[in-house]
Amino acid sequence: MGQITRTTEHQHPLWQLTLMRWRIFAREPAAIFWTYAFPLLLALVLGIAFRNRPPEPVDVAVQAEPGAEPCRDALARNSSVHVRWLGAKEAHDALIAGKVSIVVIAGRSRTYEFDPTRPESRIARAVVDDALQRADGRTDPTAVQDQLVTEPGSRYIDFLVPGLLGFSLMSSGLWGVGFVIVDMRVRKLIKRMTATPMSRAHFLLSFVLVRALFLLGELPLLLAFAYWVFNVPVRGSLLLIAGLSTLGSLVFAGMGLLVGCRAQTTQTVAGLVNMVTLPMAICSGVFFSAARFPDVVQPLIKALPLTALIESVRSVMLGGAGVAGIARQILVLLIWGGFSFAIALRLFRWR
Amino acid sequence: MSTIPAIRCNALIKNYGTLRAVDGLDLEVRAAECFGLLGPNGAGKTTTVEILEGLLAPTSGEVELLGRKWVSDGDWLRQRLGISLQETNLPDKLTVEETLRLFRSFYAAGPSVEDLLKLVSLTDKRRTWYVKLSGGQKQRLAVACALAGEPELLFLDEPTTGLDPQSRRQIWGLVEGFKADGRTVLLTTHYMDEAQRLCDRVAVIDKGKVIALGTPAELIQSLGGTEVVEFTCDATMDEASVNAVPGVHAVKSRGDRLSLTVEQLHKTLPLLLGHIQQNGRTLTSLSTHHATLEDVFVNLTGRHLRD
Repeated sequence: MGQITRTTEHQHPLWQLTLMRWRIFAREPAAIFWTYAFPLLLALVLGIAFRNRPPEPVDVAVQAEPGAEPCRDALARNSSVHVRWLGAKEAHDALIAGKVSIVVIAGRSRTYEFDPTRPESRIARAVVDDALQRADGRTDPTAVQDQLVTEPGSRYIDFLVPGLLGFSLMSSGLWGVGFVIVDMRVRKLIKRMTATPMSRAHFLLSFVLVRALFLLGELPLLLAFAYWVFNVPVRGSLLLIAGLSTLGSLVFAGMGLLVGCRAQTTQTVAGLVNMVTLPMAICSGVFFSAARFPDVVQPLIKALPLTALIESVRSVMLGGAGVAGIARQILVLLIWGGFSFAIALRLFRWR
Repeated sequence: MSTIPAIRCNALIKNYGTLRAVDGLDLEVRAAECFGLLGPNGAGKTTTVEILEGLLAPTSGEVELLGRKWVSDGDWLRQRLGISLQETNLPDKLTVEETLRLFRSFYAAGPSVEDLLKLVSLTDKRRTWYVKLSGGQKQRLAVACALAGEPELLFLDEPTTGLDPQSRRQIWGLVEGFKADGRTVLLTTHYMDEAQRLCDRVAVIDKGKVIALGTPAELIQSLGGTEVVEFTCDATMDEASVNAVPGVHAVKSRGDRLSLTVEQLHKTLPLLLGHIQQNGRTLTSLSTHHATLEDVFVNLTGRHLRD
């Protein structure tokens, strides 16, 4: 090394480590897809599949017999009803086969034939009876007005976007930290790096910083996409949503660190990541409301970090909530984050 | 030159469950020498080196590097050690230059990235991803990473295993350049030509113990001759009678093959052939070669290095 000059000039190791993580991520097309494109694709597909449609008319059979025509005509005038004129046997068969929800037998007295255990039959009975009674001259003692709630903010896509944001932060945190750390351990890269004077805190911090850096792309992309394509509103503070997403991102980076802290094969860590993410993807209200689960498991579900993140983002985005309204969820996230980092750092296998 | 040994370890023991990988190993490596640990796979070389490198804790025993201990001076030592592990996988999709910049950032002082690139002749490959380098280029990059802090003590664990002859010579050139600067190298290898060419002294390790120590020349001298003769006959020859032939040392049998060392081949070989004839035997094969460290190992253990 004779002709070589010694220099103390070098870049900060934390910067270099963060840059390394970022470069490795940015050069992996699959990672880019799962982090940035997949949530948008999911929003697009589910947004279209569950878009709000006008209510379907109820299918009704009127039993064909003399004297039933006025009844048939009265129902035919109602846009919420689709009427068929069928013989007694055909009408009964259509009911059994589910082709109609109710059969109206209009003789001297009026009979409704339907299965009360079928929700659509119960709705059909109410709609048909209302239409026929009105045709017979019934008036309402109290005047009512319908206020239809189909404006942005209460549709399925509005519900879905905060869920997808949380889901995406969870997946990229656990896979992007947990899986990558184990992969580095398997390839003996962690061992190689600990053979240098590299600070271990810098090494771990670089993962967290890169997660925060990813978020700068993930969050605006999803919110902007949802706004432009589906007109999904953000009613609360954007800054608060960014803050919550950062907190969520750090919590899941910590959990990633925890699942990756000991595992020595990528198969093990993949199993662990799935074990952690799957129950939350199902229970935490990503695709449907977590309130649908029985009351007895609600405290458990509310204690999950993904539930806390999604609930709080949803409250801010759709309900315009402030910090005070989501204090419990923030606390849940802080506890998970603190717990994960503390345990992961204690147990971390550097070899 | 410093009188403090670069490496000193006493009664080093490392157990993995019931398996004893290192069995009471003592070693002293002087400053500015290139010291070789030679032994077959599984002899305990890598375990020993990783304990010395502070990557593994010994079950018992003492280690001192540059006069300091890992427990009290870990950070100080890390800044002064260069390490190339047996299998180094650097990140696949980082370029040569990015990898060196990363490793250089860990050390307070050292050569510039430009100088490191020149040193390992990878300037042309600076923008190539690690995954696209050849085996030799990868290994040179691994050595460059080890040199990023301008170490006083360099550990190279099997630096040329699996490389083609040209790449091996390039690595040897790097080690020789480093040695010429008066720095210390600890090298493990199972290639005796590598140890003979690079090392000032060699410790032969088997089953976690040092079984021979000295300069390559001293170890070969210990065979009693610098030439090795190996032969087989149509019927078994008595070992003791062969040993009695003037000029013959260290007779060993491996199956029906006899191996012996001699000092002066031109004088001893005719006597040996005469002895075989007198005993009514016919030679079925005969070969001779200069004694190597491999022969030292065979002589000590009855096994070959790559058995």
